Order: sequence, then structure tokens, then C-alpha cells
Amino acid sequence: MAEKKVTLSKKDRMAVCWRSTFLQGSWNYERMQNGGWAYSMIPALKKLYTTKEDRAAALKRHLEFFNTHPYLAAPILGVTLALEEDRANGAPVDDVAINGVKVGMMGPLAGVGDPVFWFTARPIIGALGASLAISGNIVGPILFFVLWNVLRIAFLWYTQEFGYRAGSKITDDLSGGLLQKVTRGAAMMGMFVLGALIERWVSIKFTPVVSKTPVQKGGYIDWDHIPSGAKGIKEVLTQWNMGKGMSLDKIKVTTLQDNLDQLIPGLAALLLTFLCMWLLKKKVSPIVIILGIFIVGIIAHVIGLM
Amino acid sequence: MSAISMILVVIVAFFAGLEGILDQFQFHQPLIACTLIGLVTGNLTAGIMLGGSLQMIALGWANIGAAVAPDAALAAVASAIILVKGGQGTAGISTAIAVAIPLAVAGLFLTMIVRTISVAIIHIMDKEAEKGNFRGIEVWQFIALLLQGLRIALPAAFLLVIPTSAVRSFLESMPAWLTDGMAIGGGMVVAVGYAMVINMMASREVWPFFIIGFVIAAVSQLTLIAIGALGIAFALIYLELESKGGSGNGGSSNTGDPLGDILDDY
Repeated sequence: MAEKKVTLSKKDRMAVCWRSTFLQGSWNYERMQNGGWAYSMIPALKKLYTTKEDRAAALKRHLEFFNTHPYLAAPILGVTLALEEDRANGAPVDDVAINGVKVGMMGPLAGVGDPVFWFTARPIIGALGASLAISGNIVGPILFFVLWNVLRIAFLWYTQEFGYRAGSKITDDLSGGLLQKVTRGAAMMGMFVLGALIERWVSIKFTPVVSKTPVQKGGYIDWDHIPSGAKGIKEVLTQWNMGKGMSLDKIKVTTLQDNLDQLIPGLAALLLTFLCMWLLKKKVSPIVIILGIFIVGIIAHVIGLM
Repeated sequence: MSAISMILVVIVAFFAGLEGILDQFQFHQPLIACTLIGLVTGNLTAGIMLGGSLQMIALGWANIGAAVAPDAALAAVASAIILVKGGQGTAGISTAIAVAIPLAVAGLFLTMIVRTISVAIIHIMDKEAEKGNFRGIEVWQFIALLLQGLRIALPAAFLLVIPTSAVRSFLESMPAWLTDGMAIGGGMVVAVGYAMVINMMASREVWPFFIIGFVIAAVSQLTLIAIGALGIAFALIYLELESKGGSGNGGSSNTGDPLGDILDDY
């Protein structure tokens, strides 16, 4: 091919990358992300096409239906930039080719973006930040914000550059095993952490008392023979030994929850999650389930079950 | 609440609205939105704690396919405003969450309205494209975005102008059995978000990972970072072994059942 007349500089590509932040701004039921897509392409189109007819045609071409994961649009933008550049330099790239690449890539890439970003990265980074924030630690929200945005911006820029350099060849790379491996790996890690999150953060405590058994003499702290003041507190803490030593009371109270925890901690949480999954599969709206759980919580509390 | 605080809250709400659709900087996530509202109203600690609790509930909320999740942006903003106006400090967190979730459902209708209005906007864009007018596309893109911001900013402003005493007396009139019950419900409602995510990702291949994660979580010394690292390690080991095993067997008689393969060979 002959020497290129117009090329997109790094600055142009960065402008496109920044604008792709607003990809979903005019999300609509008819053509979804098309407005944001055309908006993102404008810095490049401005440079590549100078006549009014060319510009109008380019804009119309990029207002076609488009929808993918907002981050995974970056590599598609990169490829489209490369194609538009070739076209502006006289290569035989027609509208069908450009739209073909866009449509061909948006489906598979959305299938990668949802599990990787929405179902693995955000729940994990969010849970990490939230677990710190619940005790009022400012590090929680800051960690979430910084970590997420560094990852996101790096991803947007490097995948767009990758798409730009690879051009239309990228479709070969995508059908290879790597992308599929990333998606599957994310699903595995996501499920692993989800299992842990359910055990840790879904809290269900059954309060009914199953049994009251008296503790043998010597097994409980003899409060009458504890010295008063700070010395006494120390003595009690030593005897109690973080719950591993003597019991605090003469009578050992076993709740239903203690019995369940002896089977496996978090069993009730797990069963509740399975119930929610089943209901969701039965097309019950998550909103109905959420409101239902609040009602169940109130009723169970009133009758003394929780 | 001072006038400056109120204006700042509306601005935070506006950004939460923008991000609710853009999904880039994550200003709409409770962890960020509640913290910011806490910050501008002088209730930073309570805001962070509310954000953390609500984030746990909203972890899996994402609109995929037909499943519509409550609007995290409105839930975060509304609950933070209610918490601040209720004046109960950190004690009011569970009530604020419970009151905000029905509002988050109402937020869905606002989203639908804006997304429908945007259909008209892209038809205007079509006309601008005919003229080759870049500026026109840019302007209308931002008008659409503005509507998304107002979607949260206006309800927030409305909540702000309701007299504080009314919010307070409403919250105080709630009996203890109701607020305690809601707190218990709030502890369980987290499961819905997880269930949504699992339904999206589950396959026969990944269930063992879920089981290992669930069992390992009972070891309370392990922090979430440690659990995440274990998860990565297990996934890498699995993928690595898989690629090795695949090349070794040549794929001819590999039925995925080693014992069966041996029996077949006899």
C-alpha cells in the first residue's frame, strides 16, 4: 500500500479513549450505545475526513445499532480506528466491512466483559472495600475507587491500542483460546470468592434455645471468688481465655444456631442463596425477592425465630 | 443542613446518576456515593459504614438480560440522605437501608423513562449526521447524559426539601420490632445479589471452586485478600493442568473419565 496520507496520532487515539467513557450516555431502547459510539469516534473522523459528504457518511455509518460491554468497546474502537484510517487513505474498506467488524466483535466481547468485570472484579473489589468500610474505615471506599479506576483506565487504553495495531486481524486472535481461558478463569475465581462471601456476609442467626445444660463445677468462672477492680477483670479474662477456657455462666445455653454451626458454618446462608437462585430461575423478580426477605426477617423476629 | 451541604449533596447525586448509566468511575456504587454524601454533610463515618453495608447488598446488582436489579445509584443516595436527616448516626443505618430499597425500585421507572426519551434524542442525532455536523452530535450526547444525572439529582433534591423533623419523627415512630426485623432482613438480603451472580456464572466446571471457597471461608484468619489470592491460584492451577492433560492424551479416547478409559482399554 502507498504511503499513508493521514494517520491518527497518539493524541487522537487518546481523545477517542477518553470519549468512550461516555459510551452509554445516550443509551436508548432503539439502537442502544450508537450515540455514544458516534460521539467517541468524532475526534478521529474529524481528522480523517474533510468534506461535508464524507463526514455525513461517516457519522451515519457509526450511528448504527451498537451494544457491548462498556469497557470491551475499547478494542472494537481500536480496530474501527484502524479500518477508518485505511479507508481514508483509499483502501477498499466499505461500510459493510466496518459494520461487520463492529457487530462481529460486540457479541463475543460482551460475553467476556460481563463475567469478568460485573460478576468477578466488581463483587471482589467491592467486597474488599465494603468489609473495611463497615467498621467506618475510610480506606475501604478509597481502595475500591482507586483500584477499580486504575484497572479500568489501563484496560481501556491498552486494549484500544491493541485493537488499533492488530486491525482486522484481531478477530483471529479472539477466536483463539486465550480469551476463552480468561473468561473461564474469571468464572472459577469468581465462584470461589462467592462461596467465601456467602459464608462470611450473609448473616442468619436462629435464636431459639435448644438446650440448657448445667456446667460442671470448675468449668465455669466462680464469680464470688474474683478479686474486685482491674485485677479481677484480668483474672476473669485469663480464666475465660477468649471462650476457650471456663464458661461465663453456670448454665450452658445452646441455640439452634450453635447446632447448625456444628454441621458446617453458614449452612443456612447457603440454603437461602440456593432458594434465591431457584426463585430467580423461576423468573421471580429480584425486587420481589428482596422485599420478601425483609418481610420474612420481620416476621421471624416477631415470633422469636431470629 | 446548610445550603452549601445541600447543593453538594445534589451534585454528588448528579454524578451518581451519570455513573448509573456510564458505569465507569463507579460514583453510583454505594461505597462511593454514601461516603461522599457523608463527607459533604459532616457525617463521614456514618456515611462510610452505610456505604459498606449497602455495597454488600448491591454487590451482584447488574442489569443483564431480563433480570432487572434495583437501582444502586438511587438506593445509595436516598439511604444516605435519610440517614443524615434522621440524625440517629450509625444507629440508623439498617433503617435507612430498609427505607431506601423500595425507593431504588421506583428508580427503575425513572431509568426506563430516560432511556425512552433517548430514542428521540438519537433521531435528532441522525438529522445532525445528515448535515455532517459533529457539534450537534456532541451537544445531544451531553443532553442525554444530563437527563441521566437529573434522574438521581431531582429525587435527591426532593428528599432534601422534606422537613428534617418529618423524616426524624417518621423514623422514630417505627417500633423496635420493625427496625430490628428489618436489620435481620438486611443481613439476609445480601444473598439475592450473590444468587444473581451465581446464576450467571455457574457451570459444572466451576461448582467445585464454589464449594472450596465456601468451606475455606470458615477459617476466620483468612482475609478477603488471602481468599482472592487462593482463588487465583486454584484457577491458574486448573487451567494449567488442563492444557497439559489435553496434550498428553491426544484427545482420542479422552472421555473425561479416567477409570472408564482404563476399563475401555482392557
